[in-house]
Amino acid sequence: MSGDVCIVGIGIHRFGRTDGLSGVDQGVYAVREALADAGVEWPQVQFAYGSSDAAGNPDTMVDRLGLTGVQFINVRNGCAAGGSALFSAQMAIKSGEFDLGLAVGFDKHPRGAFNALPSEYNLPDWYGEVGQMVTTQFFAAKIMRYMSLFGISQKTLGMVSEKAFRNAVHAPHAWRRQPVSLEEILEAPLVSDPYTKYMFCSPAEGGVALILASEKKARELGKPLIRLKAATMRTRPPSSFEVFAPSVDVVEDDSRPRGTASRIASADAYRLAGIGPGDIDVAQLQDTEAGAELMHMAENGFCADGEQEQWLAEGRTEINGALPVNTDGGCLACGEPIGASGLRQVYENVVQLRGDGGGRQVPNAPKTAYSHVYGAPGVSAVTILER
Amino acid sequence: MTPIADGLFTEETPPRLIGGKDRETGRIVFPCPASPTFEAVPLSSEGTLWSYTVQRFRPKTPPYAGPEAFAPWVVAYVELPGQVIVEARLNDVAFEDVKVGMPVRFAPSPLNPDLLDSLYIPAYVPAGGAA
Repeated sequence: MSGDVCIVGIGIHRFGRTDGLSGVDQGVYAVREALADAGVEWPQVQFAYGSSDAAGNPDTMVDRLGLTGVQFINVRNGCAAGGSALFSAQMAIKSGEFDLGLAVGFDKHPRGAFNALPSEYNLPDWYGEVGQMVTTQFFAAKIMRYMSLFGISQKTLGMVSEKAFRNAVHAPHAWRRQPVSLEEILEAPLVSDPYTKYMFCSPAEGGVALILASEKKARELGKPLIRLKAATMRTRPPSSFEVFAPSVDVVEDDSRPRGTASRIASADAYRLAGIGPGDIDVAQLQDTEAGAELMHMAENGFCADGEQEQWLAEGRTEINGALPVNTDGGCLACGEPIGASGLRQVYENVVQLRGDGGGRQVPNAPKTAYSHVYGAPGVSAVTILER
Repeated sequence: MTPIADGLFTEETPPRLIGGKDRETGRIVFPCPASPTFEAVPLSSEGTLWSYTVQRFRPKTPPYAGPEAFAPWVVAYVELPGQVIVEARLNDVAFEDVKVGMPVRFAPSPLNPDLLDSLYIPAYVPAGGAA
């Protein structure tokens, strides 16, 4: 295939809680919106990849969309599910097999923390019985270690959450759209130290759909070209620190952060796109908790470890900063429907590149946009868009 | 003292944790996998705190099998030098006194302190002068 894979249509069902609508309903809603945005009809769609973790098989939505016999493949890949669906969809076009397809993700989780069972992760039952099958413990312990190595303060964690809620005020698809003061964030009850309740995202609901096309097809449709310059999905390297780890390797030099799937996926994405972190105009980074955004700034090459304290103090990740991060409030304000979350980031990036961000629009017509997700048991997906 | 699972603690007094040493690479993991490629080895009783958090809400049941009554506890990652970093509880310390790098010692604790015959779970306490 010559040219790039392009995103020609986007759709989203509001994140948060929508009683009375199933996860699949929210996925279908997003697909219809994306089809309309692209100006195509469902029968023109040649293939689909769909991701959902807890809300049923995505391919069942052909009941609603039309029984056209379309190829429809379901993807489950932890928090990287949406990114994996998108990766697969772009490969289908790159291969030359198809020139118009769909990546869709949705989910609907019960209230409260994720309720994983040891057997699903190849762990012994006692690990859950003693109370260690809790994702928040890992995320808190990861930032606690990072804070001790690189001098990040709890106040800076609070500033990440404050920014998220402030940005989400202008994002119609976000869940929590009320600003929360830094003081209230820091003084809220601790959930898992050093994180207060405003510093963790919540499992949620929502749906996102993206219509992808070959460059030739995109030109025929007459759409502005939003090019998918890179989409990568990678797994963890040796000695990494991951969710649900009864033990972690001892390493010789433990004064630096360990290797992660994110570092690998990120380096690969930059290589494919032929650009570096300094060329990115806006970024959506996995922020399932406030410290994740900070650590992922470094893991994705945007700053050195320990520079985040200064970056936040200078407002560099604000909408009008040098590198706006999580312009729609990220997971902190949108919540996390696992199957949809990674695709929400790409949706937001397309909105920004088209200049449709309204009150949250990044100034000066951004040309490049970056997205990143991370999840259990050590998976990561990255995309780079260009217009 | 009955451990919450077989093969977790050695049978000596006081007990030590049992890890698994990869017969090929020498890498040590915890717990010891039920695989002939791993050899069960006793882990060091002393280590330092690698990282931690405080579990402030009662985990969901299942899988959590602790008492209904909930009191927050420290979730610790303890580095056993030259061996492995293990996840366990850290007891007998005020939350504000917990510091990365502090020395700790293995001391299993009951999952339900109100039961005389409670099962014991992997846990540490501050070692040396820190307690």
